[in-house]
Amino acid sequence: MSKGPGWAALEELRREVIPEILKAFPEGVRELPTPFEIPQLQAEPGQIRPLAQWLKARGFNMLLDLSAVDYYPHRQGSDRFEVVYHFFAWPQLWKLRVRVPVGGERPEVDSLSDLWPNANPAEREVWDQFGIRFRGHPNLTRILNPDDFEGHPLRKDFPLRGHRDLITDIPLAERNPYQPIKE
Amino acid sequence: MIRMGLKDELQQEVAGQAQDRMTLSVGPHHPATHGVLRLVLELEGETIVKATPEHGFLHTGIEKTAEHLTWQQAITVLDRMDYLSPLSNNLGYSLAVEKLLGIEVPPKAVWTRVLLAELQRISSHLVYFGTGGVDVGAMTPIFLAFDIREMILDIFEEVAGSRLHQSYFRIGGLQQDLPANFNEIMRNFIKKFPERLEELKSLILENPIFIDRTKGIGKLSPEEAIAHGLTGPNLRASGVPYDVRKAFPYCDYDKFDFEVPVGQNGDCYDRMVVRMREIEESFKIVQQAFEGMPEGPFRCEDRKISLPPKAEVKQSMEALIHHFKLVSYGFDVPPGEVYQAVESARGEFAVYVVSMGTNKPWRVRVRPPSFYAVHALPAMLKNCQIADMVVVIAAADPVFGEVDR
Repeated sequence: MSKGPGWAALEELRREVIPEILKAFPEGVRELPTPFEIPQLQAEPGQIRPLAQWLKARGFNMLLDLSAVDYYPHRQGSDRFEVVYHFFAWPQLWKLRVRVPVGGERPEVDSLSDLWPNANPAEREVWDQFGIRFRGHPNLTRILNPDDFEGHPLRKDFPLRGHRDLITDIPLAERNPYQPIKE
Repeated sequence: MIRMGLKDELQQEVAGQAQDRMTLSVGPHHPATHGVLRLVLELEGETIVKATPEHGFLHTGIEKTAEHLTWQQAITVLDRMDYLSPLSNNLGYSLAVEKLLGIEVPPKAVWTRVLLAELQRISSHLVYFGTGGVDVGAMTPIFLAFDIREMILDIFEEVAGSRLHQSYFRIGGLQQDLPANFNEIMRNFIKKFPERLEELKSLILENPIFIDRTKGIGKLSPEEAIAHGLTGPNLRASGVPYDVRKAFPYCDYDKFDFEVPVGQNGDCYDRMVVRMREIEESFKIVQQAFEGMPEGPFRCEDRKISLPPKAEVKQSMEALIHHFKLVSYGFDVPPGEVYQAVESARGEFAVYVVSMGTNKPWRVRVRPPSFYAVHALPAMLKNCQIADMVVVIAAADPVFGEVDR
């Protein structure tokens, strides 16, 4: 392992801050084993907003990354998806990963876009690609795919080439009919 | 006409806005947007009151495609993300998978990775100065910058066989050994480069027109830059000396002697100065890596992960089996997830890889530094003149292959 201030900082985070977090949130937050450097926590969907507010007050001033993972078909119930947050504290050099399992018919977590401005586009991307809703998001629209796109492509049950056929028997004129101009 | 492509909430906003404001749609087909960015600007006279970026025109589903390729094959699609510095993409992904596999890469491969990744950073920043110069109306820098970049691309061509999408860093080491004439071409480059760079530097950073156009434009305070998730040169221009190579060193970066340039004002001029000084620091690392290049194998000797040499395949049955197995099936990676950050030319490029123990990645999430830079544009553009918009976009240096993936 190379020498650097960050590794010692992660050790400090694990030793000092994580027990504080677990004490502040005795229910709904638990520590996961740390196989590779960055400590990780698992939080219930209802706990992520209070946890994020607590972390921001504790010095985590940057939301490094926000993404999601789909575990279908290994997990099909209320923990099908995992929303993964990476928080970063400058200048303490702490990096923390929080994983929030969500699922069910209408997967939903609280939005963090009022705490960190860059959560806004990142949450839009997760909604676009996975169909996970963010409660309280000001503008939850598609960001990478076109607005009329059907489905959420990074879900594991979305086929690689999409739901629609690329080659059809419908003649060109019928596929693209004349429509009156709307003002 | 402008209204046609606007989204619903923007339409409402246009309907409800003040009488003296104008909504202007810029791009996506605009040469100064560095790719395909569409900005919806709200103007009061010539002052930008509000900017809304819209992107996704270059979305090719690279993350989805990577899930359907084997671990080694996924490198080729990841190359196409940040097309100005593909080697950084290779590096982040290879390091992440190597961590999951728990393998050690031989020292020669590690130092070659450092050398080429720094050359890649130089070449990427040279494109930045070339196109940035065109954006403020200077036509000469682009020819000088691309001429220097040509020398670097020639090195890549000799080493990896291709100039732009090298796919040279593989899981377990390198794709092939360094060529026989490597020392010669590197000595040639190290001799010529400083003089050529000096020429470009004087043309840009000491040019009064350039300074007038960039100083005090698009300011971001350190707190704002951190809150917007900016990393890399954009963050350091605001005075935050965060560099992944120093804070969380990978690839023996702690053994190299270099500095992290930091700006003071967080304006467009500082973003340019920081990048220019970064070129000089990268050149220092290139020299050190070239002089201290260790001897030895160029990829790990584990036959379950890296291909056996061709001569061995012709002699040994076992090597043939390994070759066949690696080419057809690939290898299994133990289950787990890893977040590996590297300092690419644009900032903290990180790969979050999830493995379920199969021969294909379960999820490859890339943290694109330009994605967050594009969404920090509204903060940078606030109260700017419309003529400065191009400069602000150029100074933030987004690459849309990476923003849209």
